[in-house]
Amino acid sequence: MEKQTPLFGRHVEYHGKMVPFAGWLLPVQYGSGIVSEHMAVRTKCGLFDVSHMGEILCTGTDAEENLNHLLTNCYTQMDDGQARYSPMCNERGGVLDDLIVYKQEENRYLIVVNAGNKNKDLDWMQAHRLGDTEFQDISEQVAQIAIQGPLSRQVLKKVISAQDIPERYYSARFRRKIGDMECMIAKTGYTGEDGYEIYVASGCAVPLWELLMEAGKDDGLIPCGLGARDTLRLEAGMPLYGHEMNEETTPMEAGLGSFVKMDKPEFVGKEAIKAAGPAKRKRVGLKVLGRGIIREHCLLYADGNPAGVSTSGTHCPYLGYPAAMAFVDVDISSPGQLLEAEVRGRRIQAEVVKLPFYKRKQSDK
Amino acid sequence: MNYPEELLYSKSHEWVKLEGEDALIGLTDFAQDALGDLVYVNLPEPGGELTVGESFADVESVKAVSDVYSPVSGTVAEINEALLDAPEEINQSPYEAWLVRVTGVTDKEELMDAEAYRAFAETEEN
Repeated sequence: MEKQTPLFGRHVEYHGKMVPFAGWLLPVQYGSGIVSEHMAVRTKCGLFDVSHMGEILCTGTDAEENLNHLLTNCYTQMDDGQARYSPMCNERGGVLDDLIVYKQEENRYLIVVNAGNKNKDLDWMQAHRLGDTEFQDISEQVAQIAIQGPLSRQVLKKVISAQDIPERYYSARFRRKIGDMECMIAKTGYTGEDGYEIYVASGCAVPLWELLMEAGKDDGLIPCGLGARDTLRLEAGMPLYGHEMNEETTPMEAGLGSFVKMDKPEFVGKEAIKAAGPAKRKRVGLKVLGRGIIREHCLLYADGNPAGVSTSGTHCPYLGYPAAMAFVDVDISSPGQLLEAEVRGRRIQAEVVKLPFYKRKQSDK
Repeated sequence: MNYPEELLYSKSHEWVKLEGEDALIGLTDFAQDALGDLVYVNLPEPGGELTVGESFADVESVKAVSDVYSPVSGTVAEINEALLDAPEEINQSPYEAWLVRVTGVTDKEELMDAEAYRAFAETEEN
């Protein structure tokens, strides 16, 4: 039985098509459809219920040491309110999950993880922790609403003063009031657009949602579902756990090498990643040249020879063509390389292109 | 949902407009709504044979690709080529955006009238 987020009733009222996702019932789209929702985020703004995401509180005098041990990125010298993305690896260097850590204050961090991996992550953290640091699952108490798109800041400024809105990407402000609701506001997102992720007590999710919808009504704010979340992240070339990453994939193969700090004295998976040497396959972007969409699990060929497999693919509404991500052999991973994908018995031609497919124009803050 | 009275409907959510020995085939309002925003349509070659219950075309939305099944047997007389470049017409006006015109219809499955199909579609929704 799938769980409902505190906003379930809102989704039904907004004609959301509810589907099971990672143990939750969430809207795949609302009445206006995935393409309209996607375009709203690229050109104006959209509102997402991402309350399914897992939140784990990491506290202890050696919390920083634990993060540096468990995660591949480096967590020293962070300011309060700063956020850092990281893969979390097993001993074989495979990716257990990808997550964001927010430093709330000294010895206190909030870790936001994928819904489908939360229990696994928590077990892993507790089994591999050092010293007296504690990992506490607070997901049930926390709802998360994302407002994404170029007009997001404009909408937020109607409900909270500008100084309470974070300006830098990957930073957050804590204990700020929107209406009478205490929120954490992070400048993060999964759309490739400027935007914010707002964390609030579960009981406040409905009034916060309503307040934001009302504030954004003249700016074209519409509710957006999982479908648009997926097309937006793909167009922005962002990897998704279970597609571009899994326990058999190293962060190097997934193109996440910049989040792996090999100069740290140690972290779980370091030895295996080091031993594996340079990656033999690589995550690439594919622009489809033929007709049709290359979705996940399509076999790829270069000059008739097996070359790799696709991991995600969809039609990109803003760019107007289908795109996919794939793992291919390193020697055929350069932009311009032509490949063929086997799709329902047909071969569709595609070209390796540089990621991301879409990059937003410069932020106006 | 809109289901015009003058059309017949299949359980796999195609509509059929019978005109003597010819039949126009398209996707119902229910189908286009369930599929979501369409981005590709692949249609058969004119002159090809269709068989009741077999796939003759596919439609691809942002979400997924789906087969379209023929509610009749016969020969493809004409395809709606405009859809190849504008599949969104199926979302916008499903009963004008016919997929194929079939001639020499020799067989057809048991089709529903609008009222029966509406009831059927409502059960499918849940």
